Amino acid sequence: MGCGTSAATEAQGRLSEKDDSVKAPSPALTMKAAILIQRWYRRYVARLEIRRRYTWSIFQSIEYAGEQDQLQLSSFFSFMLDNFTQISGNGPDLISHLLDPALTEEEKQATFEGVEVSDSYSGPHISFPLTVSDTNALLSAFKAQQILHARYVLQLLYETKRFLKQMPNIIYLSTSYTKEITVCGDLHGRLDDLLLIFYKNGLPSTDNPYVFNGDFVDRGKKSIEIIIILFAFLLLYPDHMHLNRGNHEDHIMNLRYGFTKEVMQKYRTHGRQILQLLQDIFSLLPVATVIDDKVLIVHGGISDMTDLEFLGSIERQKIKSVLRLPKSFEDVEAERGLEKICGQAGSLRSAGGPSGGTRKRRCRRRKPSSGSSSSSSSSSSSSSSISSPRGASQVWSSPLPSPRVPSPTDLLQLPFLDSIVAVASLAPPREEAGWKQIVDLLWSDPKKQDGCTANTFRGGGCYFGPDVTRRLLQRHGLQLLIRSHECKQEGYEFCHDGQVITIFSASNYYEEGSNRGAYVKLGPDMVPRFFQYQVSRCTRKLTLHQRVSVAESSALKSLKEKLFAHRSELMAAFQEYDVNKTGCISITDWAQATESVLKLDLPWRTLRPRLARLAPDGAVEYQSCFEDVSAGQPVPQISPNLAETLYRYRTDLEIVFNIIDKDHSGLISIDEFRQTWKLFSSHLNVDVDDSAIDDLARSIDYNKDGSIDFNEFLEAFRVVHKLDTKEKQQG
Amino acid sequence: MAEERDSAEALVSEIHKKITDAFEVFDHEFNKTVDIREIGTIIRSLGCFPSEGELHDIIAEVEEEEPTGYIHFEKFLPVMTKVLMERKFCPIPEHLLMQAFEVLDQQKKGFLEPEELKKHLTQEGEPFTREEMEEMFSAALDPDKNVIFYKDFVSMMTIEET
Repeated sequence: MGCGTSAATEAQGRLSEKDDSVKAPSPALTMKAAILIQRWYRRYVARLEIRRRYTWSIFQSIEYAGEQDQLQLSSFFSFMLDNFTQISGNGPDLISHLLDPALTEEEKQATFEGVEVSDSYSGPHISFPLTVSDTNALLSAFKAQQILHARYVLQLLYETKRFLKQMPNIIYLSTSYTKEITVCGDLHGRLDDLLLIFYKNGLPSTDNPYVFNGDFVDRGKKSIEIIIILFAFLLLYPDHMHLNRGNHEDHIMNLRYGFTKEVMQKYRTHGRQILQLLQDIFSLLPVATVIDDKVLIVHGGISDMTDLEFLGSIERQKIKSVLRLPKSFEDVEAERGLEKICGQAGSLRSAGGPSGGTRKRRCRRRKPSSGSSSSSSSSSSSSSSISSPRGASQVWSSPLPSPRVPSPTDLLQLPFLDSIVAVASLAPPREEAGWKQIVDLLWSDPKKQDGCTANTFRGGGCYFGPDVTRRLLQRHGLQLLIRSHECKQEGYEFCHDGQVITIFSASNYYEEGSNRGAYVKLGPDMVPRFFQYQVSRCTRKLTLHQRVSVAESSALKSLKEKLFAHRSELMAAFQEYDVNKTGCISITDWAQATESVLKLDLPWRTLRPRLARLAPDGAVEYQSCFEDVSAGQPVPQISPNLAETLYRYRTDLEIVFNIIDKDHSGLISIDEFRQTWKLFSSHLNVDVDDSAIDDLARSIDYNKDGSIDFNEFLEAFRVVHKLDTKEKQQG
Repeated sequence: MAEERDSAEALVSEIHKKITDAFEVFDHEFNKTVDIREIGTIIRSLGCFPSEGELHDIIAEVEEEEPTGYIHFEKFLPVMTKVLMERKFCPIPEHLLMQAFEVLDQQKKGFLEPEELKKHLTQEGEPFTREEMEEMFSAALDPDKNVIFYKDFVSMMTIEET
């Protein structure tokens, strides 16, 4: 932007008024100089602030887009249930792999008692009932990177499950016996943050009660350790340690966000048992805590329908995953009847999901009209695979009587997916209302303006305004709502005129230096006191610019990877605008094309300088978007289109492969690979040649022994950032 | 004439889009409003250098009749467009900035003691807050010599901006 105004010239003139011979400049001059420096610096800080903001937006929108993706995975499983009969020949085998008996009868009967701890085990030993020395042993062991033996894990989980069964849905606490209660937010598998909290604030004890507000697992690498520690303290101090359920205490989320994988990797033999137990435990976690009848603590938030009395009465343990409707009390029969259902999946279709399912539909925030065909309240039959999983559910009114048609899928049960047993339109309204209440508690976010709208960004829960908060607090005589669920720069944030606190305890959540963690303490006076911290690898304090730059660079890398993953679609969109095939399009066109393909709500024009180059005439050279990112290793001989698709769905494929790979050898058969890919691509409507897949499968069977090392295979679909490589070369 | 009009319209259109983008970064509720306290950041990010006083004037123009703490996009857009079209508060050229530092560096040492700089910036003009001063020091202060080599500082910040 040019600068030709008279004001600037005047200022320029004035400053150069100084005469070499004059030693001390006039006060007027120094003031002008000071003002100039202040203005300039403030602008610099404002620019940093903008960068910090959009960095934050990038992280959040990619995170939420990831959460949307995982719905695809769960709907993929529904899809398979529906369609496996259509897959010729090999279908049932593949399905039976994926939907293996959760536990053999043997496994079911076995308890932790059958699990031997060998002499060579060097990790911690614990005994029940637990004592302080056990929790201390666990803490020291985990600090030393040890792993707790599966036997103890199973025993701990059995005891925890037994304990939680007696708990009500909502826990009522009082501060009268203690000075203060400490409330912590999301930990997401970050053990260092938990240890830091214990270091700063002391371990849980009868004098030092804690409430942990959900999301203990996923994303971080030490989720199982956190769970073990929290459950151990729970059993040790049952009246002074309290855990709320978060939206990640959910096996379907765990499949996508890393907890399932972590458990299977650390516990190869007993992983499935552990996960099965955890599924029950998660659904048994209380959904809310109330302190002194004044402070309500829930993981996500509330809605205008939230009713604490009703919540107290529902059967929370039926809601294994909020992504599936609760089982009806007919489910016990239904599980046995499942195989019959599966056998008739092709013919039975839901008459339509109840309107509660509309919330599950993903819509972009800004344009509610796009892709919202099932978010209207109509109950149109939604058998498309991308829609709400409930669209794929089956209907039955009562267990089918025997004799039944024998089906190749007899004895099918669903391991991690047992709650896929859907109850469609015949779900008792009360059950569904209860389910909705819980979804609201675990998934909602506060917003600034009044009202209560569906949280289409997350696909569950709602956005609740200050009026909703006020009404709820008033109705139940409460003063304050504490929730978590959203990462905050300072680890905590007030909103709704001080009626709501968000507390988040995982520091550096997006990236080193991205945010602090915090916990809050409440005494009888109900005045919250906040304590912040940040786990840090470096001791030197970073400047504002450095902090912003590190986070920004990481966010931009993720964004560039997204661009790369959608390269062909983007190029097609760009080329539509580039009528004359110049390789350039206007900034506006570039921004529009990018937004329409990626569907990420980001300030593209502001980001453009970081993502794409301009030609001398000011137009965007759109090819330059893809320059920085390239495939890591030589990709097997496949078409770029296929490579891109594989890259994009890498994570989902990894999950499915891991499920198939029952013995965790890292190998699956060519056949399994082919079938998985075929199912996946038909579900996603990806246009891939069968022969291309066959060629691919053959080419990655390096040993020609009919098996594929899928980790090696997936490695080919990582990307590297060229700038990183350059830096490494420069050393 | 028609061409001029077209290009003027195109210019306005570009400016509108720039403003919209910057606004959106702060529009958390996606309802075309931003918190009034963010206006300064938005304006500065668009490349303008209003003083605090000038900023207050702009805010007064875009505020609601009865201040709600929020600024609506419909009010912000025309005012900001005018600011950008008239190129008010345009950026400060680097050499001018250098001269400003040199003015403060009375003994022409080539650097400034933190106390000197602090005195000027927190007491004169539109004074820095303590946080602003500390933040600037953390970026500007040479860790070994504990002074501010302003020439390097200005160059570094100018590069960082691009």
